[in-house]
Amino acid sequence: MSGLGLADVSCTIESGQFTAIVGKTGSGKSTMVKHINALLKPTSGTITVGDHQITPETDNKNLKPLRKKVGMVFQFPESQLFEDTVEKDIMFGPKNFGFTEAEAKAAAEKMIEVVGLGPEYLKKSPFDLSGGQMRRVAIAGVLASDPETIILDEPTAGLDPVGRKEIMDLFKAQQQKGKTIILITHNMDDVANYADKLMVMHDSRLVGLGTPQEIFNDHELLEKNYISLPQSAIFAEKLADKGFTFSKLPITISELTAEIKEQIHGD
Amino acid sequence: MDKLIIGRYLPGDSLIYRLDPRLKFLITFYFIGIVFLANNVASYAFLLVFVLFAVYVSKVNLLFFIKGLRPMFWLILFTVALQAFFTPSNDPIWHWAFLTLSKDGLVIAAYIFMRFVLIIFISTLLTLTTTPIEISDSIESILKPLKVVKFPVTQVALMLSIALRFVPLLIDETTKIMDAQRARGVDFGEGGLIKRIKAFVPILIPLFVSSFSIAYDLAIAMESRGYKDGEGRSKYRVLNWSKRDNWTIVFMVLVTAILLLLRSYR
Repeated sequence: MSGLGLADVSCTIESGQFTAIVGKTGSGKSTMVKHINALLKPTSGTITVGDHQITPETDNKNLKPLRKKVGMVFQFPESQLFEDTVEKDIMFGPKNFGFTEAEAKAAAEKMIEVVGLGPEYLKKSPFDLSGGQMRRVAIAGVLASDPETIILDEPTAGLDPVGRKEIMDLFKAQQQKGKTIILITHNMDDVANYADKLMVMHDSRLVGLGTPQEIFNDHELLEKNYISLPQSAIFAEKLADKGFTFSKLPITISELTAEIKEQIHGD
Repeated sequence: MDKLIIGRYLPGDSLIYRLDPRLKFLITFYFIGIVFLANNVASYAFLLVFVLFAVYVSKVNLLFFIKGLRPMFWLILFTVALQAFFTPSNDPIWHWAFLTLSKDGLVIAAYIFMRFVLIIFISTLLTLTTTPIEISDSIESILKPLKVVKFPVTQVALMLSIALRFVPLLIDETTKIMDAQRARGVDFGEGGLIKRIKAFVPILIPLFVSSFSIAYDLAIAMESRGYKDGEGRSKYRVLNWSKRDNWTIVFMVLVTAILLLLRSYR
């Protein structure tokens, strides 16, 4: 590997799509997404985000317009909170990106609702909140700058199932408003339920790119990269052993139930 | 960030590496003490030979020691210049306003320079060949007699080793938080001094908060594994005093004797 963090990663992520990135720990997922908003710069090659180009020569200055476009929710984002009220913390990003005080305030009021907390939370200290609520505040703080692309690095790690679904639905809703979503995850059900495209990373390389349906049908690729199937697909494979037949591999619960219904009624 | 790491231990194996860390620790301080006994060319030359011999025995590349001088460069230059230009003399080589350059001044400046080199080399030798954890174990062992006066030796040693353990952890945490705030539009190293200092508030507060929570978690983890300070704790890393440590002491006594001898020649 000669110490390269990433090698041979060439791909296009389309605007407005929900792209998931999977791969085992240390495969280079986080390293790759940090290049998209120039937290890291390539040693060779280029990254193009809209009309911004990032090359090895890119200057560390004047990156703000790019970083405004590309919002990033890190793993355990609650560790980035620092202001004395939730409102100020959410306003921090927008103000750095040139929003006026009033605009930032309006963004905070809007975003606290979007993440499912009431306006009564705005005046609280973020350090008085529960872990899950802090996570939501941190996400609101990133969304408040109105980025065109949102990068999510395991945003639901450590959340309860209900909270997890709410957060994922929230990102899906952002996509429907026209945002591009890039999600790093280890949860294949999230991939099946939410993603349009799936990228597979292994040993700092991009080894697979396609729709979740295509990737989950590529058994060799999955096995080589230690990627499991979504629960529905595992269930379907067990049913197939018992004589069920599926027109295509069901990867979500609704696809699975639809196919089963047909076959039960068919008998 | 890499430059901040305390005690840049260099893995290796040689006589110096195998010496008891307590002995190395004490000899280092002892040597720093006797450096001030040197008072003429012969004694300084002798100490330099001793240090170079120690470096040779350690099998560590001399370049690492020269690099160790670099962070002290300005301090050395300043002190040496001060000695060279401000030593009063009846026989100046060069004189301008309050600056005087004389033979005596130059000699004293050269001695001061030698002291810096000797002290930095010997302490670099200690940190290069001794892991931070060995140093903290040594401090615990050396401070043990203080238990008589109720000094909390084990606690202090534990604090030292935890602090050392936390350095890389906190560096990781800092990098992570800096990235997160950069992504939210903070630009470190932009604007005036006040603005730059202000840019560190969003790092320091989260760092504080997470240090407390890590410390809290660590305390719980230690207690749940039965940690209890005080008497009767056995040690995972046992310090062993061996014959070569005795021989080293004999050698140091000889070095001191020769130094005292050279000192008396004027």
